[in-house]
Amino acid sequence: MTPAAPGAAGPAGPGHKTPEPGPTAPAAPSGTRFRRVRPRRDPLGRAPLVLVLPAVVAVLLLAVPLGTMVVATDPASLAAALRSEAVRHALWLSVVTSTAAIVICLVLGLPLAWVLARVDFPGRRLVRSLVIVPMVLPPVVAGIALRTAFGRSGLLGRPLLDLTGFAFPYTTWGVVLAHVFVALPFVVISMEGGLRAAGPLYDAAAATLGASRWLTFRRVTVPLALPGIAAALVLGWARSLGEFGATITFNGNYPGVTQTMPTLIYVERQADGDAVLALSLVMLLVSVGVLVALRDRWLVTA
Amino acid sequence: MSGVAAGLTARLSVPGRLDVELVAGPGDVVAVVGPNGAGKSTLVHALAGLQPAEGTVRLAGDELTGMPPQERHVGVVFQDRRLFPHLSALENVAFGPRARGVAARTARGVARDRLARLGVGALADRRPGELSGGQAQRVAIARALATDPALLLLDEPFTGLDVGVAAALRVELAGHLAQYTGVTVLVTHDAIDALTLATTVAVLDGGRLVQTGTPHDVAARPRSAHVARLVGLNVIRDGDRFRAFSPSAVTVSVHAPDDSTRHRWPGTVRGAAPHGDAVRLQVHGEQDLIADVTPAATRELGLVPGRPVWLSVKETAITTY
Repeated sequence: MTPAAPGAAGPAGPGHKTPEPGPTAPAAPSGTRFRRVRPRRDPLGRAPLVLVLPAVVAVLLLAVPLGTMVVATDPASLAAALRSEAVRHALWLSVVTSTAAIVICLVLGLPLAWVLARVDFPGRRLVRSLVIVPMVLPPVVAGIALRTAFGRSGLLGRPLLDLTGFAFPYTTWGVVLAHVFVALPFVVISMEGGLRAAGPLYDAAAATLGASRWLTFRRVTVPLALPGIAAALVLGWARSLGEFGATITFNGNYPGVTQTMPTLIYVERQADGDAVLALSLVMLLVSVGVLVALRDRWLVTA
Repeated sequence: MSGVAAGLTARLSVPGRLDVELVAGPGDVVAVVGPNGAGKSTLVHALAGLQPAEGTVRLAGDELTGMPPQERHVGVVFQDRRLFPHLSALENVAFGPRARGVAARTARGVARDRLARLGVGALADRRPGELSGGQAQRVAIARALATDPALLLLDEPFTGLDVGVAAALRVELAGHLAQYTGVTVLVTHDAIDALTLATTVAVLDGGRLVQTGTPHDVAARPRSAHVARLVGLNVIRDGDRFRAFSPSAVTVSVHAPDDSTRHRWPGTVRGAAPHGDAVRLQVHGEQDLIADVTPAATRELGLVPGRPVWLSVKETAITTY
């Protein structure tokens, strides 16, 4: 130990560690067996009731309807529903259109997310706002908006019809279009976050090693952002699976062509109470499946 | 590489942050020292092409001015290393050659060889997250050298390493730099790096070079307070000359010394820390100075922070330049 003048402590050097007793869990003398006590008591004090009570009400509000739906569903009718032709068609159409929509969201959304995350251009904030608008727009309005653009007499829809004889409304492609319109904002914004977290600093390192931006995108940016990209796609797929308003407004409700699970539930809701419950339960199971797929991303927060 | 012989000539300016001229021959190791915010990292990024800068950069006969980083043959070891976390050490090192069009198999061969030369060949399959600080830094250096750059930029390569690890790596790096035929620019805040690794020391302050010279020259005759502190000397500006003296030549007293042959300064003790067998006092006054005193004197004179003292030094102990 270096002799130091009393009082002449100066700036305290590092390494002056005094053993401190742990704030929780009193240390057990070695050799004796102690039940491991989990430090449950918050040293800052108990959570106030004024916060805990509303929190409990919120959980109940969210959980009780789902629970009652499960309880109210007759298992027999669930089996019957799954055997029904209409349900199988609607479920299949939902899965196919949502999957097609999410592929399109990946092809278009990932580049847009990259541009928003990496390219500094005038009007970037404006573009991002434009991307977000459909996210907050009521889906029915989205359907109306799609009709003005892609309807048979829409700005883009009419020339498309004249040129090719094809029109989006009331077709399966129309369903996909509605799904993309509704899901793309979620996908882009979520992916942009993932790409930002994947560090422009690595891009700089790759550039000094001679990598072009395209190579860097493929070999560095996307692999690093992969968890975020995957989560964005699952989120977008779930969003598009539940899409109802824009789909029914733009495409109607034709079994086998434009009738997805949510639109089927909508038309069945009065006719057959049991069937509707069964259908809804199917959707709940799919949603829970999505949640399980995402559990590492969103259920575990720091 | 034939063009390497031409070395580096750089005149760079980033408005408000950097305005320097740097010349180095092949094989030179230029240590850039200076206080925080002096523009050291800006200089590294400007040389690498990552920071837009005005001026010209010629490296190994090539004009780099305005060239994107991809086309400059510059290897960078970043302060935060920036190893790609999703790639193994081997793939990290092979990344550069592959990006420059070398076939995957050949690039991995180059990478293996580089890792082996840096003593981390056995860690080729590990991800950066599974490497210690010193190991990761070796991989980062191997990665920067794998493309055979004509200019190697090392930004604080020993920051964040344990003292022992840094010391070992410093010795190794000296060996590698001695064999390296390109120009090395080493940014450091540690005098020992500048003195042991560099052939030239460039002192950066406020974005400008305030002194350039051999390590010995800069250490013996520092021209800035920062370098004086780095090498542990007192430096006083006297007109356009500098006067330097060692902290051990300084006498500390509580009352103004009568001896008129000595230079005297009043001041207040600001800090005291062990320094070898002595106690190094930091004294704040008209001149901020350091003085080494014995622990016994520290006790007897009550040299605690806040204590007013007089410092004096004999003329014969002062070097003027």
